[in-house]
Amino acid sequence: MAAEKAEMDALKKECDGLRAQIEAARKAVNDGSMSASAGGVEAVGRVQLKLRKNLKGHLAKIYAMHWSADSRQMVSASQDGKLLIWDTFTGNKLTAVPLKSAWVMSVAFAPSGNLVASGGLDNICTVYNIKAASPKTLRELDAHTGYLSCSRFLSDSEIITASGDTTCCLWDLETGKQKVVFTNHIGDCMSLALSPDENSFISGACDSLAKLWDIRSGTCKQTFSGHTSDINAIAFFPSGNAIITGSDDCSCKMYDLRADQEVIGYQDTSLNAGVTSVALSNSGRLIFAGYDDFNCHIWDSLKGEKVGVLSGHDNRVSCTGVPADGMGVCTGSWDSFLKLWN
Amino acid sequence: MTINTLLVKEGCPQEQMACFRKMEKVIVAMQDPDMGMKMRNQRLLITVIPHAMTGHDIITWLIQKYCISEEEALHLGNLLVKYGYIYPLKEPRSLVLRRDESPYRFQTPYFWTSTQWPATELDYAIYLAKKNIRKQGELMEYEKERYSLLHKRINHTWDFVVMQAREQLRASKQRRKADRIVLECQEQAYWLINRPAPGMPNILDAGLERPNNLRVTLNSDFYKREIEACQRALGRNRVKSSNCLEGFLKHSEQYQNHDPIMQGCLPSNPWISDDAAHWTMNADVVPVPTRLRVERWSFSFMELLSDTMGRKEFMTYLEKEFSAENLCFWQACEEIRHGENSRISEKVNEIYKNFLAPGAARWVNIDSKTMYKTLEGIKRPHRFVMDDAQMHIYFLMKKDSYPRYLKSDLYKNMLAKAIVPQETKKSVFPFMRRQRHSSPSPAQAATQATEEDGRVKEAGQAGANA
Repeated sequence: MAAEKAEMDALKKECDGLRAQIEAARKAVNDGSMSASAGGVEAVGRVQLKLRKNLKGHLAKIYAMHWSADSRQMVSASQDGKLLIWDTFTGNKLTAVPLKSAWVMSVAFAPSGNLVASGGLDNICTVYNIKAASPKTLRELDAHTGYLSCSRFLSDSEIITASGDTTCCLWDLETGKQKVVFTNHIGDCMSLALSPDENSFISGACDSLAKLWDIRSGTCKQTFSGHTSDINAIAFFPSGNAIITGSDDCSCKMYDLRADQEVIGYQDTSLNAGVTSVALSNSGRLIFAGYDDFNCHIWDSLKGEKVGVLSGHDNRVSCTGVPADGMGVCTGSWDSFLKLWN
Repeated sequence: MTINTLLVKEGCPQEQMACFRKMEKVIVAMQDPDMGMKMRNQRLLITVIPHAMTGHDIITWLIQKYCISEEEALHLGNLLVKYGYIYPLKEPRSLVLRRDESPYRFQTPYFWTSTQWPATELDYAIYLAKKNIRKQGELMEYEKERYSLLHKRINHTWDFVVMQAREQLRASKQRRKADRIVLECQEQAYWLINRPAPGMPNILDAGLERPNNLRVTLNSDFYKREIEACQRALGRNRVKSSNCLEGFLKHSEQYQNHDPIMQGCLPSNPWISDDAAHWTMNADVVPVPTRLRVERWSFSFMELLSDTMGRKEFMTYLEKEFSAENLCFWQACEEIRHGENSRISEKVNEIYKNFLAPGAARWVNIDSKTMYKTLEGIKRPHRFVMDDAQMHIYFLMKKDSYPRYLKSDLYKNMLAKAIVPQETKKSVFPFMRRQRHSSPSPAQAATQATEEDGRVKEAGQAGANA
């Protein structure tokens, strides 16, 4: 017993030592602050986006939404047990997908537009074919031992899921089996995002760490720390060289993959609510972050300043998304409405 | 998305506090002796309830104080009722603000959600017990169910529950009837919010409880793996942060004109103008592409390849240079990476036949090391078997053909021919390069005013409480 403990302590010490060395290496390359570099850039000024559409249709809290690659259709999931597929241009509901389990927490649109996936407290990721006459369940991906917090399609044959059982997983949709299991987090995985080149993805978890994974090898390539509470949302900067995270500690952070560390933080003493979701405008200049204070605040990603706010929801903003063509931003809330702004 | 309720500050989860504080400022303003609401006595059956107000009065006051429309005032008033700061006297279970003569009352601060958070099971049990005794067992169905559930769950303190209930009932009997009714109403309103009836939305829901403790056992295996990972991480190449930041600046600048939220878009943003012209002009395949689109092809090789038209143009160029097999090979590899599992072997064979076999029709020029590795890998084909070869050809095209394409007449002509759409003739739209500025919403201005008022009041109250 004592020998085991001694071994553990020695390992812990070695680990801490290595971590300290990594921190030192990171510090060594941290030779510039964002405020210094962005000093010469023109300020964005006050960004005031108008509400363009208010999509009503759900009867309970909206937990997740995802844009289709055509930038026109969008799928949203609510705990009233339905997925709704919208044509955001006309505001019409194109399809309603009834769910077996109403406790849905995530939804995803396949790039082809043929499939949507959803999952939640049932631990299962269900994939539906929405191009059929009526939505048909294509696959039920059942192997996670915790709730499904996020999912993203790589193509019509592969999907990546993040779960409360602390793992992320790559599934083969033809066989419905797990292909790669990504284990390294020590807390519930809350969200994931695919890199623009689709060779890797990032995940944020309740252990306050963000991790970069290589899809092919299944290994964790990089770990980013700095947050002091659960990371709820994560997104790639459009160039693919940096990631933005949003956390329950009320701040967002940008981590650069090449510098291997945080390069800018987005926090404000007046903001006392956790971040639930993040999305970036096409150029990466604006960050739209949904908070628990019922608002979506807009940050200038380069200067680290708050430049606007989207107010209008009556409850927590649970999901945010910018379509591929960058036309505007959609916010979904626990007040059961989706709002489109630009 | 969900809150770890252990992050409790001052008795209320921090994420709800901001909203409650804002609502409380409004409530305090409403009760201001000079500028607040005019209260009157309301008759409820045979008793007279003092300090009540009508729904109509509330809305009128809100409109006047914050200079908002009736719709907004109704919305705001509804929120105040939903969150329990004002409760209806006539139909207590219907938590809506009616813009008529329906009577409403302010909830006492003792029963504000922010004061008593979270509402405990014990308190709820005492409340139900009191109601049970008073109404001699005539609780609502769902209350009966919850009562028996609580009885099972906290059976060990049931004596205390009953005793407390009896004690509170006895104390209330000694009050004046009017006061007693008021207290009962207030308490009922509190519990309608904190323990809503089934089917009613629970606005105080804070979401999933996430385990505070870490889910993975930190044993020696874990640490061994961590050490390995750290050693790998230590060896990685790190770029100076100043260079990285420069990179972001460049990217944002380059894409600024291509960002509809920052710069608007031509001919118009479909969401604003309800005109889908932009989408039509930028469809996957069009006779003539837009200028912005063709410009993007010069930003990076990936931009060119990921655009269907761009890829086609590039293919045309490569055909002229007799190196089209590179792009065809790359495309075929992409299809393996993103395609169905079942067809991988078949596709790999095709690629070998067409591109890699000695004397193949469209043989691609890969270095011998990569070729050897690939040919070995083909014996057991899998999704990533072509990765190295594909990467080699990708970089070949990127370093060689791509820059030449951008300098070529083919590209230059494309750019010159490309359309710059006319801005849709609607005078409301700003010019292309100017920032969009909509007028501030009156609610925003009003909230600022409230916040300023609130700050003064808070300072005053803080001074009083100190």
